Amino acid sequence: MKKNLAFAIAFTALGCGTAAMAQDDFSAELKARQGQFRIMAINLGILGGMAQGKMDYNADAAQAAADTLVAVSMIQQGPMWPAGSDNMALDSTRAQPNIWDANDDFLSKWSDFGTAAQAIQAAAAGGVEGLGPVMGQVGGTCKACHDTYRAPAN
Amino acid sequence: MQRGLIPGVLVLAVAAAAVGVFVTRATPIDSSPLAGRDSDPAKGETVFIASGCASCHAAPDAEGDAKLILAGGQRFPSDFGTFIAPNISPDPEAGIGAWTLGDFASAVKKGVSPDGQHYYPAFPYGSYLHMDDQDVVDLWAYWQTLPRDATPSQPHEVGFPFNIRRSVGVWKLLYLKDDWAVQIADTPELERGQYLVEALAHCGECHTPRDALGGMNRANWLGGAPNPTGRGMIPSLRPADLTWGPTEIVYYLETGFTPDFDSAGGHMVAVIENFAKLPASDREAVAAYLKALP
Repeated sequence: MKKNLAFAIAFTALGCGTAAMAQDDFSAELKARQGQFRIMAINLGILGGMAQGKMDYNADAAQAAADTLVAVSMIQQGPMWPAGSDNMALDSTRAQPNIWDANDDFLSKWSDFGTAAQAIQAAAAGGVEGLGPVMGQVGGTCKACHDTYRAPAN
Repeated sequence: MQRGLIPGVLVLAVAAAAVGVFVTRATPIDSSPLAGRDSDPAKGETVFIASGCASCHAAPDAEGDAKLILAGGQRFPSDFGTFIAPNISPDPEAGIGAWTLGDFASAVKKGVSPDGQHYYPAFPYGSYLHMDDQDVVDLWAYWQTLPRDATPSQPHEVGFPFNIRRSVGVWKLLYLKDDWAVQIADTPELERGQYLVEALAHCGECHTPRDALGGMNRANWLGGAPNPTGRGMIPSLRPADLTWGPTEIVYYLETGFTPDFDSAGGHMVAVIENFAKLPASDREAVAAYLKALP
C-alpha cells in the first residue's frame, strides 16, 4: 500500500515534471519547424543555383527539388506552433508572438507558399528560363511572412 | 565686486541663450537653385522607389498599389518614444498637397516644416540631405501624380524632454553632415552606389550604430546596430562581416534570398521590394560600394 502510494507519487511527479519541461522548451516542435525551413532552403538553393547559372540545369534535379517544396508545403503547421513557443519566451526561435495573435493570416501566408511551390513544380522541368519568375514568386511568399512574423537574427 | 559679477554672468547667460536660440532655429532651405528647372516625373518615380518613401508612409497593412497611398500611420518605436509616420499624400488638407517645391525641399533635405518646426530625425533627412537638387525637383513632380488620402496624421508618442522640438536643432548641429560618410574611389559605379546607400536608400539609418543622443556613429559606418523595434540585430555590412560576394548581394537585393536561401525579414523586405524595381545596374552599384568600403 505504502509502496503503491510512493509509486503513485513518484509517477505523478515524473508526469508533471515531463509536462512542465515540454511546456518550457518546446524543443521537438522547434526542431521540426526549423527543419522544414532548412529543407526548403536546400531545395531552393538547387533551383536558385540553376537559375543563377551557378550550376548546370538538370530537369530531373529541378523537378525533384520542386516536388520536395510542394511536399513541405503539405505538412500541417498547427502542431509545430504551440502557443507560447515564441521569441519572447524562448531564445532559440525568432517566431514573434503575433503569429498567434493573427494566426489566420499566418496560416494563409503559409498556404500562399504552397501555391507558389506548385507553380515551381509546374515549371521546373520546362527549362531554366522558366525558373527565374517562379523563384521570384516563391521568394515573395517567404518575405511576405518573414516581414511580419519573424524577428531579425541576433 | 560680487555685485558687478552677477549681472555680468546674467548678461553672458542671456547672450549664450540667444546664440543657442539662434543656432537651433529651423530655417528653410535656399530654394533658388531649384527654381526654373525642368522636371521629369518618370525619373522622380525612380527617386521615390530608391528613397523608400512608401515603405514608411504607406498605411500599415497596405499591399501592392495601395502602397502609393501615403496615408501614414505606421509606428516606429525608438529609445526616445514612438514616432508615427504622417500623411504625406498630395491631399491639400491631410497631406502635403498645399506645399511649394521649396517647402518640400526644406522638409526632405533639412528636416524643416513649412511652419518653421524641426522634424524628428526618424525622418531620415540626415541621409536625404545628400539628395541632388534635380532629384528633389523630379521627385516633387512625381508626387503630384500620387493618389490623395484624407486620413489625418496622428501625433507622435514622445515624452519629455524629447517632445521639445527645439532640441532637435541641437541634434542637427551635432549630426547633420554635408560630406559623405566614407571616402571611396570615384568611379561612376561607386559614386552611384554611394549615392544610393548613403543618400536615397538611407541604409546607414538602420545599419549604422547610434550614440546616446541618437546620432549615427560614422566611425563604425554600416557596422550593424541593435534593432530599434526590440530583439535582434541589424547586421553589419562592412566587408569584414558581410562575406557575400557582389553577385550574392545583387541577387539578395533582387529576390530577398541569402546565399544559403534563407530569406529577408522585417523592414528589409520593404527595402528589397524597392531595390527589385530599380535597374540591375543600381543593385550592382550598391554591391560595388559595399565591397569598396574602407
